[in-house]
Amino acid sequence: MKIVVTVKLVPDPNAEKKIDAGSKRLVRTGIETVLNPYDEYAIEGALKIKESLGGDTTVTIFSMAPAASKEVLRKALAMGADDAVLLTDPALEGSDVRGTAYAMAQGIKQTGFDLVICGGLADDGSTGGVPGALAEYLGVPGFTNCRQVEVAGGTLKVQRETDSGYQVVSGPLPALVSVTMAIGEPRYASLKGIMGAKKKSIATLALAALSVDGAVGGDGAKTEVRAVAAPPVREKARVVEAPDGAAGARAIFDLLKEKKLV
Amino acid sequence: MQATMNAGLNFDITAEQEAIQRLCRELADDLIAPAAEELDAKSEFPYDIVAKLAELGLLGIPWPEKYGGIGADTVSYALAVMEIARGDASVGITLAAHTSLGSAPFYYFGSEEQKQRYLVPLAQGTTLWGFGLTEPGAGSDAGNVQTRATLAGDHWVINGAKAFITNSGTRITGGTTITAWTGMRPDGRKEITNLIVPQNTPGFSASKKYRKMGWRASDTRELSFVDAQIPAENVLGGRGRGFKQFLDILDGGRISVAAVSLGLASAAFEAALKYAKERQAFGSAIGKFQAIQFKLADMKMEIEHAKLMMLKAAWEKDAGRDYVMSASLAKLYAGEVSRRVCNEAVQIHGGYGFMDEYPVSRYYRDQKVNEIGEGSNEIQRLIIARLLGL
Ligand SMILES: Cc1cc2nc3c(=O)[nH]c(=O)nc-3n(C[C@H](O)[C@H](O)[C@H](O)COP(=O)(O)OP(=O)(O)OC[C@H]3O[C@@H](n4cnc5c(N)ncnc54)[C@H](O)[C@@H]3O)c2cc1C
Ligand SMILES: Cc1cc2nc3c(=O)[nH]c(=O)nc-3n(C[C@H](O)[C@H](O)[C@H](O)COP(=O)(O)OP(=O)(O)OC[C@H]3O[C@@H](n4cnc5c(N)ncnc54)[C@H](O)[C@@H]3O)c2cc1C
Repeated sequence: MKIVVTVKLVPDPNAEKKIDAGSKRLVRTGIETVLNPYDEYAIEGALKIKESLGGDTTVTIFSMAPAASKEVLRKALAMGADDAVLLTDPALEGSDVRGTAYAMAQGIKQTGFDLVICGGLADDGSTGGVPGALAEYLGVPGFTNCRQVEVAGGTLKVQRETDSGYQVVSGPLPALVSVTMAIGEPRYASLKGIMGAKKKSIATLALAALSVDGAVGGDGAKTEVRAVAAPPVREKARVVEAPDGAAGARAIFDLLKEKKLV
Repeated sequence: MQATMNAGLNFDITAEQEAIQRLCRELADDLIAPAAEELDAKSEFPYDIVAKLAELGLLGIPWPEKYGGIGADTVSYALAVMEIARGDASVGITLAAHTSLGSAPFYYFGSEEQKQRYLVPLAQGTTLWGFGLTEPGAGSDAGNVQTRATLAGDHWVINGAKAFITNSGTRITGGTTITAWTGMRPDGRKEITNLIVPQNTPGFSASKKYRKMGWRASDTRELSFVDAQIPAENVLGGRGRGFKQFLDILDGGRISVAAVSLGLASAAFEAALKYAKERQAFGSAIGKFQAIQFKLADMKMEIEHAKLMMLKAAWEKDAGRDYVMSASLAKLYAGEVSRRVCNEAVQIHGGYGFMDEYPVSRYYRDQKVNEIGEGSNEIQRLIIARLLGL
């Protein structure tokens, strides 16, 4: 079975970030590029399936990113993935969610897959829109927010997180899932993995090798960023002080009433 | 050993070296530093952390894969020890002593059979091993071994004691390799032989752990031998070779002790820098005072300097060059830097630095032994002076 894990390369989540006022894009210079932290959970999920199935199950990392960040993918290989494919082309710059998902779908079709595993959210763009759109363009069922993913006898069984609990859903392969962090803490790359990653392949794929209709990159974007603004600073929390629990409850109730919330 | 290429001067490390360093940094931040205070307070050996290091291959970094190791170079190993020690010096020395003192003798001097039998589990990290050189009455003058071993048919009978032996009494310790005098040489000096003493040897025992000023989570014990019996074949690399062998082992070990000192100094520096930015006095952060700024600038300078010295020694070892002088310089300098940096880190913390809740107070206790173990500052100066032809 062939598992493809989509991994976005993002600016270091711990670095301080700025938006360029002119282009309205994130300023990436001087910030280290890393694996999208959420996607490390997707890799963990894939490696767990590989371990449970054994045999000839393989895990391929798929990323759409500038060519310069290619070596960042080595970490995913050190964690235990078998190989990686980097879809990279200057024409992809400025892709929106739809364009990203479309181009990725063409690349993943070419790479071949039985199961695509995505992270839940990219640390930079953070729309969470790519997995659903990708399933659509791949023409396979999509299972989002999965906390557990099992493959047995050629069928997929997942637990989808919901607000109140989880749903158990099964379906056929090929398919796409996106995982939540409940899938399990990403493993550390072992030293054997680190030393072995050197010998694994990171193939690059350019648009010319795919059948795309030109609706990619900034030109193909159906969305336009009109303005960028910082989120409003949250008001300081109001602390209710009271001599005992009952009086405290009363004070909070009065406050909620005053705000017409009860 | 790789041939030396003349690629000019280049300070870049390889992708693998960087990945190993990064992994160890993450482990230090995620698992080791958060556990350090409690391990120190309870003088508890970090079994869980050691198991994690073993699982990831960190207990066999320099040894070839066929002996259960990773086959990485000395630069990778030094960077790994440095980052782990940044999390906790006790864990750093546990790793360094296990590799450079416990395992290295088997790799460099063991027979193929001994490598398979002893080195493989050590590299995989399922067992730890000690190296027993120091005795209650012989430390710097380690050639003056009093522990006596006599061959009686198919076994050795050992009598004597060893002092301050790291990793010698944990639940997962497999044994200790000791120096013993096994006869007299034609030149009238003692014949010294390295002997392999498994933990369950009759007549051999490890004392309770010492109560120590620092490195409290590391396992340090006194060993005693009362008619202890080991098989005749438990000789490492030939009878009478012990003196030369332990000198060689100590040369390599110095790079990793420099790494422990550096990791500790880096942790102290980072804590002091952070504190200097936060702590307010006389209406501003104390980091705004030039007296504090200069301390931090000096700390940074000395750490950087010591790191370059450590990496140069490691690089020379990897290139198959003579690294004895560099390793000794690096060990000596890094040890002194760790003392100055940890001292200033406490100073910058003021009264809080004297309190156990602040890691710098532990760093201050942990640093002292860097100037004593594996050849004291005085002994390093002696070695350097000898190499200078004095
Ligand atoms: C400042 C800024 C402004 C933006 N403005 C817009 C806008 O106006 N309209 C718009 O549609 N988008 C916008 N984007 C989003 C940007 O185009 C997205 O980064 C991109 O389309 C992917 O979506 P996402 O980052 O939200 O990924 P998400 O949907 O959050 O990612 C979910 C998962 O999909 C996978 N994935 C996503 N991208 C990739 C990739 N490149 N390679 C491999 N796997 C991937 C990963 O597994 C990831 O965990 C903006 C981004 C920024 C930083
Ligand atoms: C925590 C810890 C862990 C250790 N782990 C190990 C281990 O795993 N294996 C092992 O074999 N040993 C170990 N040691 C022992 C360590 O290597 C010795 O303590 C060290 O070599 C110093 O020996 P000593 O304590 O006998 O001091 P001494 O040799 O008695 O020295 C006392 C003082 O005299 C100075 N001095 C001695 N000779 C000279 C000279 N010729 N010129 C000038 N000054 C001199 C010394 O520098 C020192 O300041 C450990 C020690 C400690 C504290």
